[in-house]
Amino acid sequence: MGKRLVVICAAAALVVALIALYISSWVTVVPPSVDAASVGPGGSGGAQLTLQTVAAVGPRLSSSRPHWVSYLVYRNGKWERSTNFTLPANSLVRVTVYNYDGESGLRNPYFSQPQGTTGGTEVVDGKTVRALDSPDYASHTFAIPGLGIFVPIPGVKDDAKNPCDTAPCALSNAHRTVTFSFRTGGKGRFRWQCFVPCAAGTITGFGGAMQTIGYMDGFVKVV
Amino acid sequence: MSDTEAAERAAMPTWRRLLGFNLLTAVILAIVGYYFGWWLGNQFSSSSRDYVADLDYNDVALILAYLFGVVGFLVGLGFANYPLARLIGRPPSLRAKEGRGVSRYFGLCTDHKVVGMQYLVGIGIFFFVGGVNAMLIRLELLNPTPTTIGPSQYLSLVGMHGTMMMGMMTSGILGPFANYFVPLMIGARRMAFPRIEALTFWLLMAAGFILMSTIFFGGFPTGWTGYQPLADQTVAGMDSYLCFFALVGLSMTLLGLNMLATIISLRAPGLTWSRLPIFVWAVFATSILMVLAAPMLIGTLLMAMLDRTIDTSFFVAGAGGSSFLYENLFWFFGHPEVYVLALPGFGIVLELIPVFTRKPLWGYRLAVAGMLGVSLMSFFVWQHHLFVSGINAALRPFYMLSTEIISIPTGFIFLCVMGTLWRARITLAVPMLFCLGWAFNFLIGGLSGVFLSDAPSDTDTHGSFFVMAHFHYTIMGGLIFTFFAAIYYWVPKMTGLSFNERLAKVHFWVMFIAFNSTFLPLFVLGMKGMPRRVSTYADNLQGLNVWVSVSAFVLGLSMLVFLVNLVYSLLIARNRSPHNPWRSKSLEWQTPTPVPVNNFEQIPVIESDPYDYGVPLAGNGVS
Amino acid sequence: MSEPNHARRLGAIWLVATLIATPLVIFVLGPVLPPGNGSEQASGHVTDNTVLMAVMTPVLLLLIVYFVYALVAFRQEPGGILEGPAIRGNARVQIAWIVVTSAIVLSLAAYGTARLLEDGAGSGGGSSPVVVPAGPKLQVQVIGQQWAFTYRYPSYGGVETPHLVLPVGQMVELHVTSLDVVHSFWAYQLGVKADANPGQDNIAFVKPTELESFSVRCSELCGLWHGYMFDHGNVVSAADFKSWIAQQRVKFAPSQKLLPPYSTTYIPEPARRAG
Repeated sequence: MGKRLVVICAAAALVVALIALYISSWVTVVPPSVDAASVGPGGSGGAQLTLQTVAAVGPRLSSSRPHWVSYLVYRNGKWERSTNFTLPANSLVRVTVYNYDGESGLRNPYFSQPQGTTGGTEVVDGKTVRALDSPDYASHTFAIPGLGIFVPIPGVKDDAKNPCDTAPCALSNAHRTVTFSFRTGGKGRFRWQCFVPCAAGTITGFGGAMQTIGYMDGFVKVV
Repeated sequence: MSDTEAAERAAMPTWRRLLGFNLLTAVILAIVGYYFGWWLGNQFSSSSRDYVADLDYNDVALILAYLFGVVGFLVGLGFANYPLARLIGRPPSLRAKEGRGVSRYFGLCTDHKVVGMQYLVGIGIFFFVGGVNAMLIRLELLNPTPTTIGPSQYLSLVGMHGTMMMGMMTSGILGPFANYFVPLMIGARRMAFPRIEALTFWLLMAAGFILMSTIFFGGFPTGWTGYQPLADQTVAGMDSYLCFFALVGLSMTLLGLNMLATIISLRAPGLTWSRLPIFVWAVFATSILMVLAAPMLIGTLLMAMLDRTIDTSFFVAGAGGSSFLYENLFWFFGHPEVYVLALPGFGIVLELIPVFTRKPLWGYRLAVAGMLGVSLMSFFVWQHHLFVSGINAALRPFYMLSTEIISIPTGFIFLCVMGTLWRARITLAVPMLFCLGWAFNFLIGGLSGVFLSDAPSDTDTHGSFFVMAHFHYTIMGGLIFTFFAAIYYWVPKMTGLSFNERLAKVHFWVMFIAFNSTFLPLFVLGMKGMPRRVSTYADNLQGLNVWVSVSAFVLGLSMLVFLVNLVYSLLIARNRSPHNPWRSKSLEWQTPTPVPVNNFEQIPVIESDPYDYGVPLAGNGVS
Repeated sequence: MSEPNHARRLGAIWLVATLIATPLVIFVLGPVLPPGNGSEQASGHVTDNTVLMAVMTPVLLLLIVYFVYALVAFRQEPGGILEGPAIRGNARVQIAWIVVTSAIVLSLAAYGTARLLEDGAGSGGGSSPVVVPAGPKLQVQVIGQQWAFTYRYPSYGGVETPHLVLPVGQMVELHVTSLDVVHSFWAYQLGVKADANPGQDNIAFVKPTELESFSVRCSELCGLWHGYMFDHGNVVSAADFKSWIAQQRVKFAPSQKLLPPYSTTYIPEPARRAG
């Protein structure tokens, strides 16, 4: 009788432990959030977010999905694979994206035009543009629909010299540089996503990396 | 197994006793099969389709791994022994039935009573798993913006909860109670196909583990309906869902087939169709649906697997396929599926209420007509799930009509319950409480169905929490309440032990109140515009959501009360139950407890139906 | 002591309850039922829901009154072992029940069909709806994609905008389609819901009647951000609409020239797997 009670308690403890393991190691796992660096000449505040998009993230940054396309963020001198960012409220945020990935083309050419950015424009390789020349040149998008921000990122041409197809990528590799800025409003948590079908091998290009936080989707927390 | 054999076996060293075809061997061979399938899938997949290198997951490998894992599991249990032995000319053996001891319950046993107990425990475990996922879902919904659970895990939780429940609880009453009691109720020594009966159980167990393993492969974001082309698009975790449901479909088909064959062929002399217990009629009606609808599911999922692996385009619009095809194929199965869930509940309620009212079942023929009517009509209503999908608009009035008409036979069941309560002598024992709980819940669920069957009203409520409330009322308020009624009613027969009545009543009242408190506000949430399967919602809906979540936690607590009662009553206190505590006149209660291996020393001759209450000098309808 | 006439008692209790509850449902609950009066279709739904509730109320009350009465009046004494009367059925009651339930159910089906065939009741009726409202209709296309809705106005140069703005008092013909997976366009206050299927055109009619903002939510699970695929639209006066759409045409001119010509369905690349 006492032995039976011990067995029952042990079984109950095992069940509780399994549930705790389930919750802690899978259910509630979210990638850590990266603070955008505070910048501003003369202490004018605001933030700088430096991002990179690569065609394949490589085994060092993702042991289970080394061939997946991904955004990377620059923090403390290193490129990290995290797609949750923290931005200051009511501030000007400047974003720089270094794109090492090739062209995939937009499914909806509507997203060829930057929206929600300062001036409704973006700067591509130093030139201010109001829209991409063709929706087929798009490689990725950085879009925060909840804030009305949609920014297409043009791709590296097929015939470019010294392309980088797997991270880590250096500025010496062929790349496009896109910068834009926008103003944040009040506090909140917003999702961001890419609108270009860049997840290779998936139906309509929107599976895989395009539906996984930590690659081509994430959260922006405005605090 | 004879006494000498049993003694010999007990004398063997433990390692020697573990050899042979049992659960341990099954698990080992399952693992071997899994890795073999994985290796095989990688051989002919990765080189021929160049995009597999981009995906970093291999659907073919995973599906073959699951398939060979299940085959290894079944071989390890010993399912291949009988066919192979007969192939080489050996005579049939009943060894698999006549084992002794607790170890019978952990392997292949062809005694239908053992299979019934296995089902009860197995389904109970997976019901618990599904319930844990539901608690996590409600935890996230406490807050209108995401807090603890990432969006893709949330969608996987929603999918896992729904899929686990729908897959497991379709056999929720047929598995444990029909398997155990239908032969006893019809005066048979066994089911028509005992080995297949055991197979349906182990297929379901294998399937359950396959579904739980989805978390290792990325989960799946489609919910239990698996809509295409989203299902085509998503990572390998989707294959777990496809394999789970295909195995469940197979298990359902075989279970239904077995029930039909048993009920049609193995009835005792004198047991005409008009004397058949109403529960057996319900099992009959359910089995028709299982046999006809489940194969549809298997076919649909096979098409989905082909789309995901060898690049067919059944459901991809850009390549000649159609998402409508999936929706229609799925719901052609899906609607009979929900009647598979509802009908056994009807059978339990109509079977138990006469016992606790001490009156015959009122309107027996009407009840049978109701069940068969529901069974037949359930194939003609499926497009009510698709009213706003853009189906041919000319079809909608027909499906509105058919959906309204199916509520007529459903209403017969209520009339029969009401008639049986008329001028009765009602005892509010715990099984009766659960039956009455069924009546209230199914009434609300059924009436809300009238709103959903009206296409203009459905425009607002389709895909919202109103639908969630409707089906939780009918399925959980219907099936699960009767599941517990059956447990409290029949476990004293199955084990010879009685439950603690006070804990049981606490279980009922907390569950009933918490259930209604959880799901009644969902009707309001749906009408206020909250869609299904979301973890973010409009801020003004937070109050209601918090109320619902807290009630859901209390509902979970009531299940814990049941678990405590179960463990306490059956494992610790172990109080002997009186032989026929409910004084039922049904045939299964006329057998000794524990029921002998071959059920009846002599097959009884039946002289009346089991509802001769209130008739002076009536026996038990048996000679 | 003679047995009280249970049937008469039950009937009386039920009648009183019905006479109290049904007018309350029709006149107090009805007007505040969702989805409100933002459009003709939404108002129609409020009426339909009121009718359904009014019909369901006596049914609900009958069953609840019966069960409560039975549980109070027909009890076994504690520890008693008496049996009840061996009544196995009553043909008249059964026939009456069948006739009454069939009548209720069939008339509800007829009512629902009649309402549906008036103007589609705001639901997506496929690419060839059975009933097309007469008169001029503003064509608006709703494009569902993973994971945002965009809207095109073919009669205004096919401009594509991120928010839905509609002029009040005008019948709108919504063409809902998808570019990738199945979505569903649900404009709550307008009482409109239509699934967005890839390669299909799903048509719904709506006539907004109030100047208000309405919430747009996706109501068919479409992937990771399904729950975040929501927005607000606006119903404005005809003049405000004209100026808004002119403004949009200027604002989105750079992308508008890159858009494909307006069509009721689109199959953009990649049609199957991305390369």
